[in-house]
Amino acid sequence: MSAGITPSQTVGPYLELGLPWADGPFVVPPGTPGAIRITGQVLDGAGTPMPDAVVETWQADPDGRFDHPDDPRGAAKPSVAGFRGFGRSTTDGEGRYEIVTLRPGPLPTPDGGTEAPHLDVSVFARGMLDRTVTRIYFPDEAAANAADPVLSAIADPSRRATLIAEADGDGALRFDITLQGDRETVFFDV
Amino acid sequence: MTVSNPSVARGGLVLPRYEPAVGVHPPLDSPEYKSSGLRHPKQQLIALPQQLTEITGPLFGAERVGEHDADLTAGHAGEPIGERIIVSGRVLDSDGRPVPDALIEVWQANAAGRYAHHVDDHPAPLDPNFSGGGRCVTDSLGHYRFVTIKPGPYPWGNHYNAWRPAHIHFSLFGRAFTQRLITQMFFPGDPLFALDPIFNSIPTEAARQRLISSFDLDNTVPDWAMAYRWDIVLRGRTATVFETQEGK
Repeated sequence: MSAGITPSQTVGPYLELGLPWADGPFVVPPGTPGAIRITGQVLDGAGTPMPDAVVETWQADPDGRFDHPDDPRGAAKPSVAGFRGFGRSTTDGEGRYEIVTLRPGPLPTPDGGTEAPHLDVSVFARGMLDRTVTRIYFPDEAAANAADPVLSAIADPSRRATLIAEADGDGALRFDITLQGDRETVFFDV
Repeated sequence: MTVSNPSVARGGLVLPRYEPAVGVHPPLDSPEYKSSGLRHPKQQLIALPQQLTEITGPLFGAERVGEHDADLTAGHAGEPIGERIIVSGRVLDSDGRPVPDALIEVWQANAAGRYAHHVDDHPAPLDPNFSGGGRCVTDSLGHYRFVTIKPGPYPWGNHYNAWRPAHIHFSLFGRAFTQRLITQMFFPGDPLFALDPIFNSIPTEAARQRLISSFDLDNTVPDWAMAYRWDIVLRGRTATVFETQEGK
């Protein structure tokens, strides 16, 4: 069934030669009204920050739409100038990444439900032979998060909580990505 | 097996579904590759349904590619040292459709096996005329093409006398979040294949072979550069959204 798919390999320690973009973290241009700064650390199984990772995010626009032909509701130009849905940040010496974005809208699901506002996240690093995938949800969306089908499918509340960013002052959010241990982030198979 | 799915009809949204890549990618926990030890999740991955965020993705194209980006030998004061090569091929879905207008990013070591990166302390020369990063966009039929120099193999610290086979890192977006792929292209006949824990982390010989390019006489330019061909296959869509979810 999977005949022919090209396998993944690690980005290795030198991804800085190929992946950084000067505007990578900016899902919306700097200075966009309402922009949220999401930061966090990527931590390995010993709790050591990973200085050689790249974090990528993908999300709907504030209206819950995608400028993409495969969205059956139709491709929609974003209502905010310069919004591109995608963010990319290499980690610094302290394993820290940064994404500047707008809160996405909620999304309908094929079975009539609603997904709470979220960002899909891919993490690549030396030592990872394939990407790891997680999601960032928002801390002030309690009702929407409670109804979200992906969060609801995670039985353990302490595991579920690893997907919800923390308020970090001044409208900023913090979302650490922890690969192993008591606070291991929930990772997905997509 | 195909069955009708009333839940799809009720919500009114019909979404494409990308096939699972069963047995293709390396396990995140691959002990022979020592760095994976502290860098893989210990908990079971949770199945993420493919909904709107997963079946869409960024559609970057020519606007992210500069004049010299597809020619890694250009843009410097002089020519880099080494064997000039052309690397080209097609990006396809596993259902055989080309992936058009899609951004590809590459990076690699120089001909001496040294990366132009502060972390690389391999005692081989840097090349002032080679930075090792490039970009291009697939055309309407999924074709891509780079000009570069053949990277050298290099030692690394995984185990005693460990050497990586020569390779070029490739990053691809495809058209959907589900298709995102970062991998490595290798060269035919490399004696290091059998010894490389990264290459051998891929679970099957058939899948490993898909990372090895082939010598390409048709695209070799006489008196100028040899060519290598490498096609890349991303997860494709299943025939119909009404298929049951099997094999995850």
